[in-house]
Amino acid sequence: MEYAPHTDEDLQAMLAVVGRSSLDELFEHIPAGLRPRGEPNLERGRSEDETLRELSRYADANRTDAVCFAGGGAYDHYVPAVVGALVSRGELLTSYTPYQPEVSQGMLQALFEYQTVISELTGLPVSNASLYDGGSAVAEAVSMACAATRRNGVLVSAALDEPSRRVVRTYGHPLGRRVEELGLDEHGTTPVHPDRGSPAGDEVAAVIVQQPNALGVVEDVRAHADAAHAAGAQLIVKLEATSVGLLATPGSQGADLVVGEGQPLGQGLAYGGPTFGFLACRDDQVRRIPGRIVGRTVDNHGRPGYVMTLRAREQDIRRERATSNICTNQTLNAVAALIHLSWLGPQGLRELAAQCLSRAQHAAQRLTEIDGVELAVDGPFIKEFALRLPVADPHAAVSALHDAGYLVGPVVTEGPAAGAVLVAVTERRTAAELEGLADTLARIIKEQP
Amino acid sequence: MPVMGDPTATEPTIFERSRPGRRASSMPTLDVPPVDPAAVLPGVELADDAPALPELGELDLVRHFTRLSHRNHGIDVGFYPLGSCSMKYNPRVAETAAALPGFRNLHPWAPEDAAQGTLALLYDLQRWLAELTGMSAATFQPAAGAHGELTGLMLFRAYHEDRGDPRRTIIIPDSAHGTNPASAAMCGYDVVTVPSGPDGLVDVEALEDLVDEQTAGLMLTNPNTVGLFELDIERIATVMHKVGALLYYDGANFNAICGRVRPGDMGFDVVHLNVHKTFATPHGGGGPGAGPVLVSERLAPYLPAPVVTRQDNGPGGPRYTWDTDRPKSIGRLHGFHGNVGILVRAYAFLLFHGGDGLQRMSGKAVLNANYVAAQVTDVLPLGYAQHQAMHEFVSTGKGLKPHGVRVTDLCKRLIDLGFHPPTNYFPLIVEEALMVEPTETESRETLDAFAGALRRAVQEAVDTPDVLRQAPTTTPVGRLDEGKAGRELIVRWRPEEG
Repeated sequence: MEYAPHTDEDLQAMLAVVGRSSLDELFEHIPAGLRPRGEPNLERGRSEDETLRELSRYADANRTDAVCFAGGGAYDHYVPAVVGALVSRGELLTSYTPYQPEVSQGMLQALFEYQTVISELTGLPVSNASLYDGGSAVAEAVSMACAATRRNGVLVSAALDEPSRRVVRTYGHPLGRRVEELGLDEHGTTPVHPDRGSPAGDEVAAVIVQQPNALGVVEDVRAHADAAHAAGAQLIVKLEATSVGLLATPGSQGADLVVGEGQPLGQGLAYGGPTFGFLACRDDQVRRIPGRIVGRTVDNHGRPGYVMTLRAREQDIRRERATSNICTNQTLNAVAALIHLSWLGPQGLRELAAQCLSRAQHAAQRLTEIDGVELAVDGPFIKEFALRLPVADPHAAVSALHDAGYLVGPVVTEGPAAGAVLVAVTERRTAAELEGLADTLARIIKEQP
Repeated sequence: MPVMGDPTATEPTIFERSRPGRRASSMPTLDVPPVDPAAVLPGVELADDAPALPELGELDLVRHFTRLSHRNHGIDVGFYPLGSCSMKYNPRVAETAAALPGFRNLHPWAPEDAAQGTLALLYDLQRWLAELTGMSAATFQPAAGAHGELTGLMLFRAYHEDRGDPRRTIIIPDSAHGTNPASAAMCGYDVVTVPSGPDGLVDVEALEDLVDEQTAGLMLTNPNTVGLFELDIERIATVMHKVGALLYYDGANFNAICGRVRPGDMGFDVVHLNVHKTFATPHGGGGPGAGPVLVSERLAPYLPAPVVTRQDNGPGGPRYTWDTDRPKSIGRLHGFHGNVGILVRAYAFLLFHGGDGLQRMSGKAVLNANYVAAQVTDVLPLGYAQHQAMHEFVSTGKGLKPHGVRVTDLCKRLIDLGFHPPTNYFPLIVEEALMVEPTETESRETLDAFAGALRRAVQEAVDTPDVLRQAPTTTPVGRLDEGKAGRELIVRWRPEEG
């Protein structure tokens, strides 16, 4: 099947105009040795109904009925109905990068508004128009800090989530970046005055911490900012954005660059993608920012309007001297976040964070009443915590919980909470679901070796 | 456009629509004891005030974004011949598929047992893409084409380093997308530019002179950015491979050859595909897309980890797993698994078309481009006319310059005539470039109307050039002052600016 609208008559008439007698003839100038033999070795097309039934077969092979207490950067927050309704409008959904601003004011204005709400959440004045995800956003921030400080070393908290740490290393390797990790203390927080005796010590461009960190624990961002600045480095904070419903913004605490994974903001779970990454910086870093950024201006009649600006940083103009190679980003996801945040409003964001806090505190209390179950670390947390279980194999316990209808995890692989299981509690988790999780966990522990 | 009132009336920002105390959100009943944040977060610096998000009722929210959508052009609204971007119809069945609860509600760290459907889909998608490209293995982490380029060049680097032969340079044609040199720089390579010959194809003799033992590889789009198939591609591959260098295929133009010619057969070692282009996932105003990377056998060990694998020897049929044991892997490019939801859409597109439909797709894409070209190149000559165009063509508007009209003016006039302009001023090797990619999903009538509008605008450039220079006049705003935007740099709303 296909979506091309050509009738047989169209085809004949159009081929006549271009002086060919068949579609195949349009490829005859390509060396014959490169033109294979008939159709590709693939199934033939099918109807829309058959296509959807086949896709449903895959979807049905997933199991998504378990009550979601899983975390690790993706959380089961409610996505209001208006988000999907508005981002599926064809004018937004089927547009592309707004190269022609006169016919793209809708998207450009939405991105300007997105940049504003990200600026509010991060406490920094400048946001770009989105990046791929949280992991690559951290790596892009590292590039900005290296350019600003003319240094090439990075100190990464071991409580930056493990995939993001890997992305930072992967991006850093070709550029010779030295990446060292800051181990955690027994509270699950990143020590503020780590041993600076490392070879990279005096060449550190950036210190990276996560707020709340990968164990769910709230970090002292202000102290990290002061320590980083004292060493001539910048502080990058990877922020879980809903936490600023309660916490001071990292920008207000001295962070130089604030990035994050957009999943909790109107994205749903979707196996982790597409979501988006956000990145915000101070005014003096704006010319190093990667990707698109939208600015306000006026048209030839003095009316307000919006354009992509500071284009001379970008790959299509600056080529190998661009601040980044990013072109296609995650615009529609960013707009979804804007809609979700506008739906929440300041009061809704505050209530959301407070609900997570109350429910998570209750969950931690209830779960640690089970014999042998304890918090792996004692640092303060908001919606996610690491739970140590009295079992030989935590993965088996996670699996057994899933079989019983409760999704928790992932399991922490290293550091003071190694072997503990992450539990995340969003505003959607009811007291009854918490009871169900606790009862099931107690049973599983009894049954485990 | 609004159906009532002034079509040029501006839509206030969402912050100007905000009223203190108004709200759209609703929260679940709190059925656990409420806690005092200060009590359970001792020593933690709490916010004095919540972030200043807008405060609106839900209807105001819906109207705001609906009005913004009225101020935006998309494929659903009309023709969008943006060269290099393959702005074709985005099938709604793909949206329905991606929204199936089994896909939509899957947590990224759900156990493999719970993710068998998605893993199977990725595995099967890999098989389709491998067949179409002539490659053997894939990673789905790259979230966009440029992300795929970076991934592919990291694979080049890992391959050469593994052989104890780290290399310094990447060769890129002067006609290349800007992402190519930018990706090479992010991967720590020096960029060497190979010129195009007088026919718009890579100058192979110049390439032979540039290649040496420091050359890590060549990045190439085929068909290239002037819309021409690189006829010497086999010789180019030989030149590169002879010195141990690799070939990277930038898939931006894969729509021209999908189902007909395979990059693997041409000698490419690494391929990225822009599924939002070739396989019609919506472009979303600039994303999300996805940029899966396909590699030949010898580069497979270096792919980002984990990779999806299939085991057939267990009871109860095949089982799909994430293979994390990849000692030579370059690492990770994404915090989760890539833009999986976009890949679901791409797979729906592939199943619907089938191998036969994909072949017709590329054939009609090439036909449509040549059909438009045949109607306009007497007034807008091709930048390079020696070879037949593929899925897009690049004309030059330099003939308008004596009339004081630039290609920008022509493009703005097209807007008033009802058409989104083609890509312009790219590629850089064609003066006053106009790059037209109609795609296969446009009808003959649309193409005729577009060609007519182009011809009319060219005639107006001679007769009434001011009409072009003042265009557009039918849009919510006229030409915008980009210089002012850069100088004054207002990148967020502030109350004092209204």
